[in-house]
Amino acid sequence: MLLIILLIFMIAGSIIALETKNLLSAVIAAGAVGAGVCICFLMLGAPDIAITQMAVETLSLVILIRATISRDLTHITAQREAGGLVAVGVFMAVFVLFSTFALMEIPPFGKPLMTVSSYYVQNGLAQTGASNIISAIILDYRGYDTLGEATILFVAVAGAIVLLRKKGRKKAEEKDE
Amino acid sequence: MMLIYVLCMILFAIGIYGIVVKKNLVKIIISFCILDYAVNLFFILIGYKKDGIAPIMMPGQDKAQFVAQTVDPLPQALVLTSIVIGLGITILMVAIAIRLYDKYGTFDVMKMRKLKG
Repeated sequence: MLLIILLIFMIAGSIIALETKNLLSAVIAAGAVGAGVCICFLMLGAPDIAITQMAVETLSLVILIRATISRDLTHITAQREAGGLVAVGVFMAVFVLFSTFALMEIPPFGKPLMTVSSYYVQNGLAQTGASNIISAIILDYRGYDTLGEATILFVAVAGAIVLLRKKGRKKAEEKDE
Repeated sequence: MMLIYVLCMILFAIGIYGIVVKKNLVKIIISFCILDYAVNLFFILIGYKKDGIAPIMMPGQDKAQFVAQTVDPLPQALVLTSIVIGLGITILMVAIAIRLYDKYGTFDVMKMRKLKG
């Protein structure tokens, strides 16, 4: 019951974030949605995810405020042309159709389909020695996933550093533009 | 209790709407973050067991009871990866948005005409 109230709060926060005129308040409303997700994780029995979500949420809020503060304060009010709106209508219809099919197939709330993970839960402590089953999965059973994650994070940060660098390593005679 | 899945889908749909309709680059980035939250939350909701406990084995706990009560750990492990990757994506998008602002002086995507190929 509390989860439903929290989800409604998050939906309201995301609508405010998308429709408000001020960019800074939009970013802060998005941060409220992230904090709501964090509390949901805590209530759903995932404390590890909640800690990670809180740290990531704070960082991305800081980064987004860095992007918006003291920039573009003129309001962009015009919507996109009619083609985009028709496209979003068609997409919403298709999305509702497929999500109806999907909601009929998935197991009901509170009864998960634990096929692979029952093996992990039963043998995780004996095989890996980690009492936290999530760390056992991340760092042992699916270690290659974590390697890929580290690679993606490295590439993203390297790309951001290259983009934000003030001066490129160009020769003096090559003029920009 | 299908209502909670439906609310999560509504959050996802709001993210899609923002990405397609909004013209401000920062609003598009925020919509992407909301989309990310909705997908992560949906995975955790699927793995939830009623009156479940976190999948961390306490010392002295009965193993059979732990196996019967714990929530699904596999979606949680994957979502942990997904959250960190989402942070990387957000950083890259904000960097590109700051660069575009320096070049064009606006966040309005309709005014960035030179990008048309």
